[in-house]
Amino acid sequence: MSESPGVAVSAEQAPPAEAIPRPDDPAAPADQKPLAAQRVLPIRRPGRWIATAVVLVVVAQIIHGLATNPFYQWDRFGYWFLRPTILDGLLITLEVTLYSAVLGLVGGILLALARLSRSPVLRAVSWVYIWLFRSVPLIVVLLFLYNFSALYATLSLGIPFGPAFFTFDESRLATDMVVAVIGLSLNEAAYAAEVVRGGILSVDQGQHEAASALGLPKRYQFAKIVFPQALRSITPNYVNQLIGLIKGTSLVFYVSLLDLFGSVQSMGSTYPGDIVPLLLVATVWYLILTSVVSVVQFYVERYYARGATRTLPPTPLQKLRAGVTDLRARIRKEAAV
Amino acid sequence: MTAGTLDDTAATVEVHDVHKWYGAHRVLNGVDLTVRPGEVTVILGPSGSGKSTLLRVINHLEKPEIGHVSLNGELIGVRRHGDRLKELSERVILTQRSRIGFVFQNFNLFPHLTVLDNVAAAPVATGKLGKAQALELARELLGRVGLADKVAAYPRQLSGGQQQRVAIARALALRPGVILFDEPTSALDPELVGEVLAVIKDLAGSGTTLVIVTHEIGFAREIADRVVFMDDGRIVEQGPPAEVLDHPKQERTKDFLSKVL
Repeated sequence: MSESPGVAVSAEQAPPAEAIPRPDDPAAPADQKPLAAQRVLPIRRPGRWIATAVVLVVVAQIIHGLATNPFYQWDRFGYWFLRPTILDGLLITLEVTLYSAVLGLVGGILLALARLSRSPVLRAVSWVYIWLFRSVPLIVVLLFLYNFSALYATLSLGIPFGPAFFTFDESRLATDMVVAVIGLSLNEAAYAAEVVRGGILSVDQGQHEAASALGLPKRYQFAKIVFPQALRSITPNYVNQLIGLIKGTSLVFYVSLLDLFGSVQSMGSTYPGDIVPLLLVATVWYLILTSVVSVVQFYVERYYARGATRTLPPTPLQKLRAGVTDLRARIRKEAAV
Repeated sequence: MTAGTLDDTAATVEVHDVHKWYGAHRVLNGVDLTVRPGEVTVILGPSGSGKSTLLRVINHLEKPEIGHVSLNGELIGVRRHGDRLKELSERVILTQRSRIGFVFQNFNLFPHLTVLDNVAAAPVATGKLGKAQALELARELLGRVGLADKVAAYPRQLSGGQQQRVAIARALALRPGVILFDEPTSALDPELVGEVLAVIKDLAGSGTTLVIVTHEIGFAREIADRVVFMDDGRIVEQGPPAEVLDHPKQERTKDFLSKVL
């Protein structure tokens, strides 16, 4: 979209010659304000208006298509949207996401600390873990775990080749939910570790030095000085991770857990004619989940911005209020002119 | 160990034959220095002469390769094991550091804590004071550095001079036996230097042991009991300011002073 501001300005200045006289104009009325006291007229941007119009037309067309194309079967969408099977699936999705997000973050923090530790063994173990789980596709991890109970019927904790302290009957322990959560958490921890490590590294070295120089205990240094500052850069990256995780849960269908996507799939095979509205149901629910996470992200980021910026960014409500006030003031001004 | 008995009393700092190097680069080449209780020592010297490293060795932010530092006779960061020196655990070193105040060139305040919490954090975290007492002490100290009205502000809302005064209050909150200043005014706009120097001068008058690395020669002349001139990782010359600054004996000192005065 090419604009020529020069042309716009001269076009602006030329026509209202009566309204805005030049100061050297001898015919200027005596009561006219001097040039310096006059309001500067903003530059006109015709290109921007044209672009806006084009985009609006395209958007309207898409909405029209969505609403009127019988292919989408919106009545069937309405029928399925709050069906108990779908809501049960949604609940599974939420549960799996919640457990994996918490376990993944805890695991990620531990892995990040291990990678930043002075012990070469911890560093190496953490590195290998991250390397492994970032390399293997999540679906492979899940299927591996799913078949794990067949490979190892019992799982025991003890000394290798020596006595066992605890023994679990794995076929009873490993429900589909447990398999799904373990698989997602293992995968999530590897990515979260890098997010957390990046956040910790982003904290200025001077902060570590100041905390050491004050003799603050090591644990306090991490929990109260370094980590809260690291969270500022961890939050947006981890939310990204979290959104990936919400959608990643759709893979648990392959370990026979009926999550949101799983219920949609199984209903779709029972009612093949409804597959499109069913996919739309899943889409809208995933959209809602992501939106909720984004809203939470905004407020969490705002909380951790304390002290980092001189003034906190306004909340959407504050922005709206300011916008309305500004608009009113402008209308009043225009009316006065 | 005589830990915990030195608080509130000005300490003696002794540096014994300290060597420090990074790879082949020698930063300190056998430094001996004794700072008596209540004495104000100003360290001068060209950049790269090892002044800041010496300060950081004193509170064990840097480990010396050879030599040791003691505070009131107690070794810092190491202990005697027969006729050898063994490194102490980090926990013990942190306890020792809490008796040595340190003020950084770049302030290094905690940006996510209010000014009040910046000052009150260390006494609470190290278990020296309860929360309420620490906050009371923090208010008192902030009043002393002229920032009683800024307790609720965050560090980035303050000017550089104000931030450095908060940093000084933060160092004082642990009631250290000695306070080390690493170029405390070098990151400040010229018109803000005075307010920080005034606070340091006030401390000097109160009998605390101070070791100050600075480029402010005039300030050194005014408050120092002793001026130490360093070059190339060694102490070239030391003595009262009238001697070292006005009648230096060494050529290197004369040369440096002729450039900065």
